[in-house]
Amino acid sequence: MADAALKETPEAAEEPPLLAVNNIEVVYNDVILVLRGLSLEVPKGKIVALLGANGAGKSTTLKAISGLLKTEDGEITRGTVVYDGQTLNHMDPGAIVRRGIFQVMEGRRIIQDMTAHENLRLGAHTRPNNSEVARDIEMVYSYFPRLKERTGLAGYLSGGEQQMLAIGRALMAKPKLVLMDEPSMGLSPLLVREVFGIIRKLNEDLGITILLVEQNARMALEVASYGYIMESGKVVLDGTGEELRNNEDVKEFYLGGGGDQRKSFKNIKSFKRRKRWL
Amino acid sequence: MGFFEALLNDQFLHQLLVNGVIVGTLYGVVAMSFVLIYKASQVVNFAQGEFLLIGAWVCWWILTDLQVPFFFGFLITLVFMFILGVAIQVVVLRPLIGEPIISVIMVTIGLSIFFQALLNWMFGVFAQPFPTIFENPSVEVFGLHVQTVYVMSMIVSVAIMGAFAYFFKVSKMGLAMRATAFDQQAAQSLGISVRQVFATAWAISAMVSAVAGVVVGVVNGVSSALSFFGIKVFPAVILGGLDSIIGAVLGGLIIGLLENLAAYADVSLQWGNMQRIAPFYALIIILMIKPYGLFGTRDIERV
Repeated sequence: MADAALKETPEAAEEPPLLAVNNIEVVYNDVILVLRGLSLEVPKGKIVALLGANGAGKSTTLKAISGLLKTEDGEITRGTVVYDGQTLNHMDPGAIVRRGIFQVMEGRRIIQDMTAHENLRLGAHTRPNNSEVARDIEMVYSYFPRLKERTGLAGYLSGGEQQMLAIGRALMAKPKLVLMDEPSMGLSPLLVREVFGIIRKLNEDLGITILLVEQNARMALEVASYGYIMESGKVVLDGTGEELRNNEDVKEFYLGGGGDQRKSFKNIKSFKRRKRWL
Repeated sequence: MGFFEALLNDQFLHQLLVNGVIVGTLYGVVAMSFVLIYKASQVVNFAQGEFLLIGAWVCWWILTDLQVPFFFGFLITLVFMFILGVAIQVVVLRPLIGEPIISVIMVTIGLSIFFQALLNWMFGVFAQPFPTIFENPSVEVFGLHVQTVYVMSMIVSVAIMGAFAYFFKVSKMGLAMRATAFDQQAAQSLGISVRQVFATAWAISAMVSAVAGVVVGVVNGVSSALSFFGIKVFPAVILGGLDSIIGAVLGGLIIGLLENLAAYADVSLQWGNMQRIAPFYALIIILMIKPYGLFGTRDIERV
């Protein structure tokens, strides 16, 4: 893996990015190497997409940033995660949430035996002021009016409502950077569109920076201003949303129906060979 | 014939029912503090009874040796128990996070034995009476003699239950505790410190158990028999459902009543010692027909 270190980070612009992941290597249980020299940057106020196949290490990347890696016996063994000028590598998740990074975990992970309202209050766990929290709950309800009508346990909400609740709960922490892990998972196409509309709106209205991990590459690249594509623990391709959408390889492997005409299954083998970009 | 005669003897039955409710509420309080630990940190605490014992001995020592008035002595005991709870969690149980559940259970059994021995060594094996706290040892409630301390215990128990309800419904720490009980990693993603939650659960549990310990100590004197409460808690908790606070309260009440009805049977039917074993018969029967208890939750399945 000598080439792992060779991947260089893009040149920093005049203003340093809100989040910079520099060449990190992540190991689970001291033996399983999951990220091998991953770098990415998230500029302030932007939506950045992180795409890739299952097992590429997308969720691990988010957990490395939010500190949740430590809860699963994972460890950053090399490289740094720098947020707002501070290195986050050894901070615990609580300290990172207090600094303004909030991860919406895969599968929403709302607390099912509590009400929607209680879930929202939990989102504000790291904040002190009570009257301000109450005001923010109303603010979340104004984004997701459906949640206000639901007074029962959150476990009985529909999948879409649970996703809205998970996003609303993130807002309660007043985050500067939200890490979203597959917000479209298990939702109908219509709801996926709605959720992405909300993500864009939060970014525009509240100026929240978003790092988005997605399987639904088409939707993700529509809202994202920049994208990274990961494979086996490394970034293999990056570019603006526009560039990636028009890239032939990306079309081929992630967007489907790429090239001039639909490829027949006969040619699948050659796709596999071509998939090695670097 | 003897049975019907005894049944007519209302006074005795009523007395036992009142005792049942009072002792039952006390069981409920101890069961609640047991459930608190189990819910928050998934530890089955076999040393719950020792918390009662420690609380009672410490309070007794402060009142008799240091001659502190009851109210302050009681407060000091609570503070001591809070610190002790945190200390046990941090020193003994925190290193065990992630270990198999059987190891954790063995450790709590070990703790129980350790504290039993330690207290016997420090305070001796003989029961010691508490100094008199109330002027009138008993009061009349609806024509029945009830020990004043039991009336106090009833008030304190209900207050504790109210405090628990408030804690879990309203307070930030309570919500965090419920979230941690449901999904530890998700709780951490919200910025909740799981270590803090565990330590708080143990602290509150130790403190609340100590209240029960002091109450029982005032009535019966302090001796190692007090820790038997910790075993009595199991039928109550299993009946209510291991992870339900309301279940614990109700389970405690039912077990308390059952015990006293069994005592009635003992006297009227000459059955011998039903009082002591009835709760455990109940335990076995519940485990056979309703292993999740009355209020124990299974996961929500959305269909």
